[in-house]
Amino acid sequence: MNVELYERVWMWAASLLIAAFLGTILAMTAFHAITPPSHFETVDPSNLAANPEFGSPGVRPGPDGGVVVTVVAEMFDFSPNPIEVPAGRPVTFRLTSADVIHGFEVVGTNANAMAIPGYVSQFTVTFPNSGEYLIACNEYCGLLHHNMVAKLIVKKEAR
Amino acid sequence: MSSRNSLAAAHLGVGIAAFGLASAMGLIQALSLADIQFPQRSESLYYMSLTAHGVLMALVFTTFFIMGFGYALAQVTLGRVTGRRTAWFAFWLGLVGTALAAQTILRGQSTVLYTFYPPLMAHPLFYIGATLLVVASWIWGGVMIASYRSWRRENPAVPVPLPIHGMLATIIIWYLATTGLAAEVVGMLIPWSLKLVPTVDPLLARTYFWWFGHPLVYFWLLPAYVIWYTLLPRAAGGKLFSDPLARMVFILFVLLSTPVGFHHQFADPGISASWKLAHTVTTYAILYPSFVTAFTVIASLEVAGRLKGAKGLFNWIARLPWGDPFFAACALAMLAFTVGGFGGAINAAYAMNTMVHNTAWIQGHFHVTLGTTVTLTFMGVTYWLLPRVMGRELKFSALARLQPYLWFLGVAIFSASYHIAGLRGLPRRVYSAALSGEYGAEWHGLTRVAAVGAVVMFLSALSFLIVVIATWLAGRRTDTASFEFAVPLRPVTTLGVWDRFGVWTVVAVLLVAAAYAYPVLNLISHPRFGSKGFQPF
Repeated sequence: MNVELYERVWMWAASLLIAAFLGTILAMTAFHAITPPSHFETVDPSNLAANPEFGSPGVRPGPDGGVVVTVVAEMFDFSPNPIEVPAGRPVTFRLTSADVIHGFEVVGTNANAMAIPGYVSQFTVTFPNSGEYLIACNEYCGLLHHNMVAKLIVKKEAR
Repeated sequence: MSSRNSLAAAHLGVGIAAFGLASAMGLIQALSLADIQFPQRSESLYYMSLTAHGVLMALVFTTFFIMGFGYALAQVTLGRVTGRRTAWFAFWLGLVGTALAAQTILRGQSTVLYTFYPPLMAHPLFYIGATLLVVASWIWGGVMIASYRSWRRENPAVPVPLPIHGMLATIIIWYLATTGLAAEVVGMLIPWSLKLVPTVDPLLARTYFWWFGHPLVYFWLLPAYVIWYTLLPRAAGGKLFSDPLARMVFILFVLLSTPVGFHHQFADPGISASWKLAHTVTTYAILYPSFVTAFTVIASLEVAGRLKGAKGLFNWIARLPWGDPFFAACALAMLAFTVGGFGGAINAAYAMNTMVHNTAWIQGHFHVTLGTTVTLTFMGVTYWLLPRVMGRELKFSALARLQPYLWFLGVAIFSASYHIAGLRGLPRRVYSAALSGEYGAEWHGLTRVAAVGAVVMFLSALSFLIVVIATWLAGRRTDTASFEFAVPLRPVTTLGVWDRFGVWTVVAVLLVAAAYAYPVLNLISHPRFGSKGFQPF
């Protein structure tokens, strides 16, 4: 195929740029273990009340010196609310929905995952700064979707 | 209008009507989100209009417009549309399907948005109507392929005209994409909404949806590329810089558009990180054909400027016909795509995606891509098509000249605001930027600015509709406008590797199988709990 010199240069430059984008992502994955949430665990959404964990959502101590937060999203609330976690420690969210698909976004942080009925979303975040954060549902879930908010309180631990 | 073109005209007309209705819905949404009061403002109106806007823009406007454009191209480049009766049957089937689905939306019975994620459950006619529209588009694809094969029998040794090459690629992508949609809608949602099965798995349905949902983007985009490659250089007074590279680009899209869907599901459970990474790689690979397109199309325009006497490095740009609404619309659409393309590269990087996932950034993003790159190109080509398909001169040509610039201005205001608001955390698809009533200091002002952008976009859409309707009904009759396509700098006369559609289709099917077989099998082999339907609207 006859390709003009300038276009050839451009095509190689474009390939390099794409390789640089991908290389960055692969390096972050390989060296910093940065991966999207990908936990695979199922739970019966029609009977969460009987579930030992999701029947009583809340904050518990975690194995890694942090905490585990069990969250149930249900039209149009999150429970528990507010959620209180320590600053500077790993916080593992375990999240599911009792009805339709919801979103769980801690505004201003990179905690952002889907709550899908029948599945448990699990991801770990560390909040370095104490303060109050807004948790918003970011997936349309019905006429009061915009009302579905909660509060995350990140507390500096007393030493 | 000659009867040869009535098929194309009917499809374009339905597409543009859907666009008009959807534009009004869009204005309602932007005002509501910004907490600007207007009569009848309510949650149910907002979420209903969000559903109608998405379905009418993403599925009805685009599908009908692309079908009509395809027929017009087949008629003029192949000299035929083989199976006209079948094509008219498909038109009515698609129209009836659209009407069935649309009436359930407008009555508030299907407020499930255009993504219709279960367990939100719409009226059964919503799913059935949408299916009829897709079946109609499948028949359209069959008619287009039959026309091509009939032409091929008479012309066994020459490459197919480039516009049809691009449309065939579009059709193959569409068949690959809608296989996922059929699995979801016919295999799961229709029986579920008819209460034949009690539950469906929401994650499996989402996975099938995004198997369809991303190649859908290329189904919209490729006809715009056909326009940029084959019509625009001619309208600008230039030549196509490279014909074989254009064919390579279309084939690369056939290969890469479908095995990418997990980049819409980064935040989902149930799909492993390595499969999300695999789809990330293909997502970045698909930037490549767009980079090549940027060079080829802009080089073709430079040829145009230089043929008109430009000598310097950049003054060829000034020689381009910026007062021609078709040219201006396409050029502004391309400018928008440089922003939209890099925005897409950001979305595809999952570490950055987590900052913008399901925030207002996303609606900012797709209004520069679908909402401008594709839509503005389609509006521009409408000005080009009306004299050729309808045989009528444009009415209100000054308004037509202004309209693309108005759209670009509006979308620049609109999308910049939502991009920034999204970075600050504004969730997408909310009735009010204040959420439950006390939030939003970080983004409230931005949603007001976005609403101004939406008003400008709406005025532009209105200008477009006025020009189209006036031309359609009362434009002066003309028979001088002819279809002329850009001539390549070096015409190609022999069949090449990029003309082998059969082989490339097989490779594309294998890639889709490689991308989805294992994750879907893994999902369905796991014991799962289904969901019954919910109708919180």
